[in-house]
Amino acid sequence: MTHLRAVMALIAALLPMAAWAANENVTTFELENGMQVVVVEDHRAPVVTHMVWYKAGSADEPKGSSGVAHFLEHLLFKATDNMAAGELSATVAANGGRDNAFTSYDYTAYYQRIAADRLGLMMKMEADRMENLRLTPENIETERDVIIEERNMRTENNPRALFGEQMNAAQYLNHRYGVPVIGWMHEMQALDLDDALNFYDIYYSPNDAILVVAGDVDPAEVKTLAEKYYGVIPAEPNLPERVRTQEPPQTAARRVIFRDPRVAQPYVNRSYLAPERDAGDQKDAAALTILAEILGGGTTSYLAEKLQFDTQVAVYSGAFYSGVSLDDTTFDLIVVPGPDVSLQQAEDAMDAALASFMKDGVDAEQLERIKLQLRAQQIYARDDADGVANRYGAALASGLTVADVQDWPDVLQAVTADDIMAVAKKVLRIEGSVTGWLAKPVEADQ
Amino acid sequence: MRYILALMMTVVLALPARAEVEITEVVSPGGITAWLVQEPSIPFTAMELRFRGGASLDAPGKRGATNLMTGLLEEGAGDLDARGFARALEGLAASFGYDVGDDSLAVSARFLTENRDQAVDLLRASLLEPTFAPDAVERVRQQVLTGIASDDKDPDELASREFDKLAYGDHPYATSFRGTAESVAALTREDLVAAHQAVLAKDRLYVGVVGDITPEELGPLLDKLLGDLPETGAPMPEMAEVNIPAGVTVIDYDTPQSVALFGQPGMAQDDPDFFAATVLNQILGGGSFESRLMTEVREKRGLTYGVYSYLVPRDYAAVYMGHVASANDRIAEAIAVIRDEWAKAAAEGVTEDELRDAKTFLTGAYPLRFDGNAPIAQIMVGMQMLGLPIDYIATRNDKVEAVTLADVKRVAGELLDPEGLQFVVVGKPVGLETGPLPE
Repeated sequence: MTHLRAVMALIAALLPMAAWAANENVTTFELENGMQVVVVEDHRAPVVTHMVWYKAGSADEPKGSSGVAHFLEHLLFKATDNMAAGELSATVAANGGRDNAFTSYDYTAYYQRIAADRLGLMMKMEADRMENLRLTPENIETERDVIIEERNMRTENNPRALFGEQMNAAQYLNHRYGVPVIGWMHEMQALDLDDALNFYDIYYSPNDAILVVAGDVDPAEVKTLAEKYYGVIPAEPNLPERVRTQEPPQTAARRVIFRDPRVAQPYVNRSYLAPERDAGDQKDAAALTILAEILGGGTTSYLAEKLQFDTQVAVYSGAFYSGVSLDDTTFDLIVVPGPDVSLQQAEDAMDAALASFMKDGVDAEQLERIKLQLRAQQIYARDDADGVANRYGAALASGLTVADVQDWPDVLQAVTADDIMAVAKKVLRIEGSVTGWLAKPVEADQ
Repeated sequence: MRYILALMMTVVLALPARAEVEITEVVSPGGITAWLVQEPSIPFTAMELRFRGGASLDAPGKRGATNLMTGLLEEGAGDLDARGFARALEGLAASFGYDVGDDSLAVSARFLTENRDQAVDLLRASLLEPTFAPDAVERVRQQVLTGIASDDKDPDELASREFDKLAYGDHPYATSFRGTAESVAALTREDLVAAHQAVLAKDRLYVGVVGDITPEELGPLLDKLLGDLPETGAPMPEMAEVNIPAGVTVIDYDTPQSVALFGQPGMAQDDPDFFAATVLNQILGGGSFESRLMTEVREKRGLTYGVYSYLVPRDYAAVYMGHVASANDRIAEAIAVIRDEWAKAAAEGVTEDELRDAKTFLTGAYPLRFDGNAPIAQIMVGMQMLGLPIDYIATRNDKVEAVTLADVKRVAGELLDPEGLQFVVVGKPVGLETGPLPE
């Protein structure tokens, strides 16, 4: 095995630049009513993914009706003027496809994956429920029970999720990202037909929507179909500008201690308010993306070295950042303490490691390896047309442009060690942070 | 280097939605068989290896050894320590995944064409020369113990452990392959070396490869990667004696939503009625919004976010399982509705419309699975492990189409046992207690 090490040093030079040039076969255009369209061609299998993304998520909800964006997502599977309740999903299934939907802070998306020759039928049904939903009071009552059970499953039964809600609520002083996507239980219980319809009437409109079609399709054909089914829906003239209450300067470190008898493994979570990717300005977000890899991207990361290898303070450590967000997001660190290590000791060791990182700076070889992997990621991504579709949909629904998505790999490659240290200094401020402990009840502590 | 393709057989299969999956059987000069789909349009290769037996080959008293051993394969190999190995992998932009379950140990690799040889060297080191260094053993042991501690507080995991304990007697399936805190704490380096020798052997190896590689290139690569594995390992487990008692088992756990795992004996995958059972399950609770269970429990009554049933044809036992979660004061009603549907399907079978829709779904959804190099490699390995012919993909949908209404009715009557179901409920369920099924 002695040859391995020598070989590794050479590899970085071997990856040809041409192999990772963007090659996603992406075509974009806009319909006359303002609906954006992205087509991702992948002709290896006769399958298509059809998605409609609305630029409306939980952070766009009116105060007091948290969860309505997600509730409406469920209700979109009920009857329309032209379809019975459940007919859309049943039709997809009867054509051998599958369908679902998801809601986040900044968007709500619906998708079907099906044989490529059924694309027109999918558009016909999706366009129908953009315009013609017919909800009844009975729909509301039963489906509200379903989303409450969904919250029970995802959150109430899961202390980590309950802790995460408290962390977010403490992080955001004034922004809607502090409220959970699924909603607070007491507000979910009060959601009614009007809440759902008001949200639907304004936001479910072509000028608030992005159509993403990925798979074995011809862009010209997609355009013809999109114009036929979506192009005829009038734009919503009263669509509000997407402006949310913003965070004031954050000036005080916050602390959250969440105790629950169901906690098996306590851990420390530190979150810092952090800038997101902005249209035409993705440099800081790119540096943060790489910083997260350097600090907590696995076995070779800085935190792993300090907390899992040099010492056994942690059984696990990690750093997380995703720049796709309309407004300020967070940069997160997690440290799971090892046996006989307290949460305080784990937190102190994490802070000591951060301080020494700020002194040591970026390891040039590590930075090169990370960039190499980001380049290779573009080769692997071509095997996953759905992944490309999701990437475009989420980015466009979060305030980015097609150009931003296509520039992103180059912006990442251009990041320097100095950029990373500068953004680390700017973002890793204790005054902009929340430090959370997920802990067992006091009596269970030693 | 010399190589001969001892056998090379290619079958072109047309999938229903016109997709073509061209599988070539490659036998290396050293006698290792792989199924290959060439996909030169993207310069990388996905490779799936499976070793049959997996964690069920744990030696007596060494529960969790195979799982811990698997976790250590990437934690130091040859002259590389854990971080050296990780840095080498990053330097190649390759990824190797190691996973173990009751029936197999799986290795999922992907690597770029331009540094394929180096990637294969590194993968080989992890499979053949893992060091099991003491510091790595302790580090990964703590991670495993952390996982076990989390399982101790996880309602789904608690339900699953209880069901397995009830159903599988003294078979390895009766206990978690992760082991217990005690059994994992007691494992030694020698136990891990023994588990490695027990599981990673040529006579239980299955290989699927999809990507930018020719049969001529793959043959010698297989020998380099796998040729030095031992010929054989530990003997395979016996079949489990499945004995699921009817009734309800409540595990008291203070949480707002009860989780119920239910089951009864199932059907082996090589049973001539397996496709009829698959169609039946699709209609009863197969995971789509249209299933009877979803319609009755979720859509009509709002009792849950999700309810599913699924056939579990494992290597050494076949069971038919289901899962539902409802608030503590509603779980009893959810269970009553599920039992009604089980009984109704057993007595009456399904309707002509349901049969037609289920068949269109199952045949239409099949080609959607072939969506990427790694998924196709996994499908091919699964086919080999089941002993399916290389042209199976082309005939699979015909077998679904051949299922008749009478078949489903007969199989429903024979398979579904509404009075034999066991429900393991974790939570504070109102109106349910351990004992026979409620009247």
